[in-house]
Amino acid sequence: MQSFEWVDAESVEQAVTLLGESKDGRPVVAKAGGMDLLDLMKGGVLSPHRVVNLKGIKGLDGVRFDARQGLELGALVTLSRISREPEVRNRFVALSEAAEHAATPQVRNAATIGGNLLQRPRCWYFRNEHFHQAGGDDLARVRDGQNQYHAIFDNQRTAMVHASTPATALLAYGASVELVGPGGKTRTVPVSELLLPPDMKRPRDTVLAPNELLTRVRIPAPAAGTRAAYHKQGERESYDWPLCDVAVVLQLDGRVVRQAAIAMGWVAPTPRRATEAEKLLVGRPVDEELARQVAKAAVAGATPLSKNAYKVSILETVVRRTVLAAAKA
Amino acid sequence: MQDVKDTSDTRGATTPADGQKTQEAGPAKPPPPNPGPARQQAMPYGIVGQRLEQVTRRVPVDEPPPLPENAKLKSIGKPVSRLDGIEKVTGRARYTFDVQLPGMLWGQRVLAPLPHARIKSIDTSAAERYPGVRAVHVMERLLSTAKLRDPKAEQGNRYPTVRYAGQPIAGVAADSPRAAEAAARLIKVEYEPLPHVTDLEEAMKENAPRVFPGPTEQPSTAGGGGAPPGLPQKGNVRGPDSKPLGMGPRGDVQRGFAESDVVIDVEYRTQVQTHVPMEPHGLVADWRDEGLTLYASTQYMGSVRDEAAEYFDLPKSKVRVICDYTGGGFGAKYGIGNFGLLAIHLSRKARAPVRMVLDRREEHVSGGNRPNSIQRLKLGAKKDGSLVAIQLKAWGSGGVAGGAGVGFCHSTLYECPNVQMEQYDVFTNAGPCAAFRAPGQVQGIFGLEQSIDELAERIGMDPLALRNKIDVSRTDDAVARAHERRVGAEKFGWSKRRPAGSDKGPIKRGVGFAQSQWLYLVHRNTGCEVRVLGDGSVEAFSGTQDIGTGTRTILAQVVAEELGLRPEDIGAHVGDSRYPPGPASGGSRVTSSLTPAARNAAYRCARDLASRLAPVFQASADDIVFADGKVMVKGKASSAMPFRDAVKKAGFNEIAHRAERRDDYEGYMAVTPEMGISRHGIGGVQFAEVAVDTETGIVKVERVLAVHDCGRPINPKLTESQIYGGVIQGVSYALYEERHLDAGSGHQLNANVDQYKIVGSRETPSIEVILLEQLGAQSSTDARGVAEPANVATAAAVANAFYNATGKRIRTLPMTPANVLAALRA
Repeated sequence: MQSFEWVDAESVEQAVTLLGESKDGRPVVAKAGGMDLLDLMKGGVLSPHRVVNLKGIKGLDGVRFDARQGLELGALVTLSRISREPEVRNRFVALSEAAEHAATPQVRNAATIGGNLLQRPRCWYFRNEHFHQAGGDDLARVRDGQNQYHAIFDNQRTAMVHASTPATALLAYGASVELVGPGGKTRTVPVSELLLPPDMKRPRDTVLAPNELLTRVRIPAPAAGTRAAYHKQGERESYDWPLCDVAVVLQLDGRVVRQAAIAMGWVAPTPRRATEAEKLLVGRPVDEELARQVAKAAVAGATPLSKNAYKVSILETVVRRTVLAAAKA
Repeated sequence: MQDVKDTSDTRGATTPADGQKTQEAGPAKPPPPNPGPARQQAMPYGIVGQRLEQVTRRVPVDEPPPLPENAKLKSIGKPVSRLDGIEKVTGRARYTFDVQLPGMLWGQRVLAPLPHARIKSIDTSAAERYPGVRAVHVMERLLSTAKLRDPKAEQGNRYPTVRYAGQPIAGVAADSPRAAEAAARLIKVEYEPLPHVTDLEEAMKENAPRVFPGPTEQPSTAGGGGAPPGLPQKGNVRGPDSKPLGMGPRGDVQRGFAESDVVIDVEYRTQVQTHVPMEPHGLVADWRDEGLTLYASTQYMGSVRDEAAEYFDLPKSKVRVICDYTGGGFGAKYGIGNFGLLAIHLSRKARAPVRMVLDRREEHVSGGNRPNSIQRLKLGAKKDGSLVAIQLKAWGSGGVAGGAGVGFCHSTLYECPNVQMEQYDVFTNAGPCAAFRAPGQVQGIFGLEQSIDELAERIGMDPLALRNKIDVSRTDDAVARAHERRVGAEKFGWSKRRPAGSDKGPIKRGVGFAQSQWLYLVHRNTGCEVRVLGDGSVEAFSGTQDIGTGTRTILAQVVAEELGLRPEDIGAHVGDSRYPPGPASGGSRVTSSLTPAARNAAYRCARDLASRLAPVFQASADDIVFADGKVMVKGKASSAMPFRDAVKKAGFNEIAHRAERRDDYEGYMAVTPEMGISRHGIGGVQFAEVAVDTETGIVKVERVLAVHDCGRPINPKLTESQIYGGVIQGVSYALYEERHLDAGSGHQLNANVDQYKIVGSRETPSIEVILLEQLGAQSSTDARGVAEPANVATAAAVANAFYNATGKRIRTLPMTPANVLAALRA
C-alpha cells in the first residue's frame, strides 16, 4: 500500500468539493466503512492520493419510515443496523435478510449501505493487481479462464458481476438513491439505473459522477399484501460471496399475485429482473408447479461460460424456492 | 544385566502379515535396537479396557520401569489444559511474526510476474538509492524446487530460471515496510518469456512446454516429500515411482485380475490444497560476527540451523535458532526457504537484523501445497471380499517440486497378494508443493476407501465387515482399527444405516465410513535435559518447537509424573536450538519421540534426588517416593514433606540429567539417519453423516465420529483438540479448498482467505472423538502420534456418506456445487 492523505469531511458539500479535486494519477476517493476501499488498496488495485472520510458527516446515518414516503436510509447506515432495525425487518424483510447474510458480523458492523452499493466487483481477475497492469482483453481472459463465479447472463461484453447483495433486494423493492453534486445539486436515480456493467478500466461501476456523493437510499412504501423473501446461495454459509442471490417481492390479493418482482444478483453484470418470469406470476396463485415454471422462465436465455453452467441450475432452484418462500411469508 | 536376546513378541509374528512379507524394507535395513547392556522387562501390552497382556521386551538397563495404564497415573494421561494457553489468548505469546529487535529492518521480496522466463538482467540501482534502503540482494540460488540432474542445461544463466509466477527474484531490506515495498518496485528485471503450462493434464502431453529442460531430482526434506533419485523423466513427467517409501510392489497383478470375481476400475481426481497456516512462513535473521541468530516460524529448528549452516558455510555451533511459538505448519515449514535465504543475505549485508515474513498471497503461492492427483485405481477381489489385486497409476503435480505421490496405503492397509503402483510427478509452472498433513496418503485414501466401499456393495457385504476381513495385518494399528470399528459403529449407530439414496426429497442424508493409516515414526536423535534446582524448582529443556499441539504441556506432564509434581510446577522450555536436540514437529512424531527422552531424564533426576534425600529421611534411596507434591518414605505417610522443603534440606545447587529417546524396544522396520519407522502404524476410523442438497449441490457434513489410536495418550484434551483440527481440515479439503490458477498468466486467482475457501464455523460438523489407550511396549512412555491420521480418513468418509445419501459416487474433489451437480448427473 502506498502513502496517502486523509481528510475528515464535515459536510456533504465539503466532501463533494474534495472529491471534485480528483485527477488522473492523483485520485481522491470517498471512504465510508472503508471495507472495500481497504481491500482495493491492499491489493494494489487502487492507490488514492487522498482519502475523504465521510464517517464524520452528520445526518447520513438515519433510518426513517413513513407510511407515505416509505423507507429512507442514510448512506452511512451499517449493514448490521439494517439487519436489525425493526422498520426494515417488518416491512422490507428481503433487504434485512440480504444485509444479514452479507460478509461477516465484523464487516457488517463497519460496512455501510452506501459503500456496499458502490463497491467494485469481486471478480478475481479484477482484484489482482497483475491483471490491471498486464493489459490485454479483460473479457477474453475471463472467458478462457476461471469463470466459475462469473455471469451467466448478458456476458457478451463483460462477465464480471456486481458484488452488492443488498442491491438485489433493493432492485426488487424498486428502490432509488439520492446523489448530491456540487452546489447541493441533487438527483434521484433508481437502483436499476445506478449500477453499470463492471469495467476494469473505469474507476467505478455506477453512474455516480466523480464529484457526486451517494447520500440516501429510498424504498417506496409497500402496498398492502406485500410479501417478500430473499435467499443468498453461497458455497459456504459462514462467510462467502454468493453463487447467486434472489429477492422476490409479491403483492398478494388473497392467494393471487397482483404484482411481482424477482431480482437476481451475481448472475449478470448488474442485478437482473426476471421480467418474463414475473409476468407468469401475475394473476395466479403461487403453487409448486407455478414456481417451477417461473424459475424455468427466469433462467431462460442464460448463456453460461465454460465453467459456470452449474450456476444456471442453482439459480433455477433458488428462484423457485424463493418465490415459494415469499408466497408463504 | 547382560545383553540378552529378545524373545518378547507374544503375537507370534515379527514380520508383517502374509500379504506384506514380500515388501522390502524402506530406506535402510535397521541394525538391532539399543546395543549395550539390557534387561528383560515384562511390560503391559494391548488396548486398555480390552485385553491387557504381559510381553517381555529387551530394554536397556537404565530405562525406567514400565508405566502402568493411565488410570494409575497422576499427571500423564490427564486432560491438562495448555500451560501456555493464557499467553496465547492474551497475545503475550511471541510468534516469529511478532519478533521486533532493536535496529531491525523490514524485508520485502521481488516476485516474478511471469510463470516461465529467463532473466536477462536485473538492475537494482534505483532500489539501492531509495531512502531508507539498507541492503538489496539478488537470488543466485533457489530453494524449494526440483533440481536439474545435469545443471549444464542452464549453465550459462546468471540467475535461476523463473518457473512460476510469484517466484522470488530478489529482496530489499529497509528501515520501514513502506520503504522496502517502494524500493522493491524499483528493481528492474528484464525477462525473456518462455512458454508455460500450469494444468496437470496439459503438462503430461508430449508437446507441452517443458518446465525443466532435462530430468530432475528432488530429495525429500525433513518434512517428507521428494522422490527417489534417478527416476526416468520424459518431458514433464517423472517416474514411475513404484515403491513409495520403499513399500511394494508384490505379486503379479495381471494374474490377480484374471483370478478375480469382481473388478472395480475407476478414476479419482483431487485438487491442489494450500496449507494456509494462521502464521505465514517467516524468519528474522540477525547476522553478527559472533554468530547468526534466526527467529523462525518453523516445524523443525534443526532443519533451519542445518540449511543456514550449509548455505552460508557456517559451523552449526554458530547458528542459533529460536522459535517460541509457531502459528501452524501442517508440513510446509521446514528449512529456511527462499525468504530465509534472502533474510540472511540481507542481514549479512546490512549488519542488522532483517525480518522477512511472507504475506498471505505469497504464503499461498510459494509457501507449499498439497499436489493434485489423477488416480486410476483398479481393484480385483473374490466374491467373499478377499482382495486379489490392487493396481494404481497416479499422476500429480507439485508445481516445480516433486513429491506428488498418493501415499502407500495401497500396499500396506489391506491384505492383498498382488499390488502394483506407478506414481508419477508431473511438473507444471506453479509454486512448489510441500509435505502436507499425511503427504500423499490423504489423496490415496480418498480413492482407495471409496473403491473398497464400492466393492462391499458389489458383493453385498457391509463395508465394516469387509474391512474386518481384509484389514488383518498383525500390526498394532490393524488391531486398533478392528476395535475402533466395533466401538465406532456402536456409538455412531451404524446399524441404522439405510440403503444408498433412500431419501425421496431433494435433501438426501447418508452416512459413511473410512479408515486412516499413517506411519508410527520416531525421531531418533532426541534428547531432553531435566534440572532440579536447589530450591525445588524443576525445569525441562528440549530443542523441539511447539507448532500448536501443546508440546510444552506434555513435556511438563511427563516430568511431573516422575517427581510427583503438577505439570504447572515444571518449567517446560522448548524453542531454542541450544537445548538438547528435539524432534521435528512433523510426521506425527513429537510425542512419540520427546516423551520417552523426557521421562528418562526425569527418572534419572528422581533417582539422583532420592539418593541425596536418603540421608535427610534416614532411609534407603530405593524407598524414597515422590507423590502429590511431597517426598516420603515408602509406607510411612508421617514422613511426608513438601517437595520444595525436602529438596532444600538436601542442600545442593542443581541436579541435571540429560537422556535420549531409545530405539523402540522391538526395533524398527526401517531407519533413515533421522527417523525410525516402526512396522506398526497409527490410525483410526472415521464415520461421517452428510446432507446433500441435490438441487443446489451443497453438501453439509453434519456429524463426524473419529475413533483414533495414538499409543498412550499423554494428554487426552490436547489429543482430542488435534483430532478436531484434523477433521475440520479434512472437511475443508473435502468440500471447499482449492487453489485456482489462471492458465493464461500462471497467477493464482484466489491467493487470499476470501476466495480461497476454508471451512467456517457454520460448516464445522459436530465432532466426537473416542481415543484408545493402546500400549505397545515400545518405549518408556509408549506414546505415539495422532496429527496425520486425524486428517487422513475424513474426505473419504464424507465421500462414502455422499454415496450413501445420493446413490452416486463423487470421485472428484472438492465437493463444490459444480462437482456435485456433475456427479449427480453422471
